[in-house]
Parts: sequence; C-alpha cells; structure tokens
Amino acid sequence: MKFKSVLRVISKLLIPPIMMFALYVQFHGDYGPGGGFQAGVIFASAFILYALIFDVDYARKAVPAWVTRTGLALGLMLYAGVGVFGLLLGGNYLNYSVLAQDAASGQHLGITLIEFGIGVTVASAMITIFYAFAGQNR
Amino acid sequence: MMVTAIAMVRLRNLFAVVMLSGIFSLLAAVLYVVLDAVDVAFTEAAVGAGISTVLMLGTLALTKSEQKVTARRPWAPLFMVTLTGALLIYGTLDMPPFGDPTAPIHHHVAPRYIEKSGSEVGPSNIVTSILASYRGYDTLGEVTVIFTAAAGVLILIGRGRRRGRKSKDILKSEGMK
Repeated sequence: MKFKSVLRVISKLLIPPIMMFALYVQFHGDYGPGGGFQAGVIFASAFILYALIFDVDYARKAVPAWVTRTGLALGLMLYAGVGVFGLLLGGNYLNYSVLAQDAASGQHLGITLIEFGIGVTVASAMITIFYAFAGQNR
Repeated sequence: MMVTAIAMVRLRNLFAVVMLSGIFSLLAAVLYVVLDAVDVAFTEAAVGAGISTVLMLGTLALTKSEQKVTARRPWAPLFMVTLTGALLIYGTLDMPPFGDPTAPIHHHVAPRYIEKSGSEVGPSNIVTSILASYRGYDTLGEVTVIFTAAAGVLILIGRGRRRGRKSKDILKSEGMK
C-alpha cells in the first residue's frame, strides 16, 4: 500500500487524534466511560493503522519489538507493584488508601497508577501480537 | 445481528466474513449502549470491531481468502450446538425477569457500591471504582491473562524468524568445518 496517497494523507491526519483520544480515555476513565483496557486498545489500533498504511518496517523502527515486550511486563509489574507498595505501607494488598495522606487521594493515586499499568500492558500486548502476525509472511 | 450471523455462516468469502464479524461487534456495542452499559460497549467497539478485525485481516493475509467446500454434511456438530443452545436457554428460565428490582443481584453488594463508592473510593464513574478498587484482584488477574496471551503468541510464532537465522548460522558454521 505504498502509493495510496488518499489513505496516507487521511491516516496521517487521523493517527494523532486517535492517540490523543486514547490518552483522554486513559486519564478520564475516573469520570467518564473508559479506562486502561479501552485506552490501550485504542492506542494500539492507532499504531497498527500506521503499520498497515505505511509499512510494518517503519512501525518497527518507531517502536521496536523489545519496547513492546518490555512494556508488556512493565505494565503488569506496575499493577502488582502498587499492591506490594501498599503492603509495605501497612495496608492490605491492592488497598490504595494507604498510598497517600488521606484515603481519597490514595485511592485516586492507586487507581490512576494501575489504570496506567493496564493501558501499557494492553497496548503492548496488542502491538506484540500484531508484530508476531505481521512477521509471518516473509 | 441475526442477519449478520446467518450471513457469516453461509458466506464462503472469508474477507466478507471478517467484515461482517466487525459489523456484528458494532451491533453488539449498540445493544450494550441501549442497555446503559457504556463501558462494556466501549470495550466491545474497540476490541471486537477494531483490533480483532485487524488481527483477522492479518491472518487472512497469510491464508487463502476462500473457504473450502466440505462434502459431508456436519450433522453431529449441528446437534451439539443445538443441544448446548437449548441447555443455555433452559438455564436462563430460572433467572428473574430483566429489570426486576427484587432480583438478588440488586441486593447483594450493588447498593453498597452505589451508595458508598463516592466517599470510599472517589471516582464519579462507579464502574471504574469497582473495577480498579473493589475488584482489584480480578482486574489484576485480567491483566495477567492478557500478558499470558501475548507471551503465548510470542512463544508460538513470535520468535520464528530469529530461530531461523540461528539455524542458518549453525548451518554456516557447520559448513565451514
């Protein structure tokens, strides 16, 4: 699909808003519908759109496979690590109330962190799977 | 949804089937919106209609896009599917009618979540506070499932190229000897 200029221009216009929307869904999940799962998928789909329209090799240059593999593990570790951190601060596992001075801001901090972990893991997982499939036909 | 499902079963062109499954997911998302489950609808639209369609297209690029015609009639699978469907429908007969306020699901922990989550957890989206805080273990398990899925794909097909290169190197080094 190297010479479809309409597709290239439109996708260039669309990809930044899609990524912005993913971040909005990520960090606005406390107040509206959405959260880490949806945001991760949307972010990954923007990226996969880029890889489909331009080339998988360009996409691999932008985000190498080791980045997504590391992100895959880091997101999960962030989630579990928030739980362990709460444990060290004297609360139950995954009880966020002890993370900050008062319970409400602790909950807010904990939820933001674990949602971010979910988002990173989901986006990395989707891009990893896509890379694995795209790497087959060569 | 029924029409798209039947069309998916009847069609032999797999590209059209993939597109129809995307449409099916979008219709399911619309159904969830009608049921006021916006978060679920969001996930369905993003995952079902978005990512899985793209992954199916990626798979189609590796295989043929026409389904082979099988000669024999698959009566046994049809019987199994009908039986399972009938059992599932039989299982729903015991459930309270949809929207019944006296159903047990509305009296267990749901009222506590609705009343207290604002003061106990904070976010105005109750779904988020249940998902991330009250049900934190479950969500950790879900993320682990996704991690395991991607790791499984990597183990199965992700490292094929590198292994190929290694075996070539081995062949080369053996050839040098």
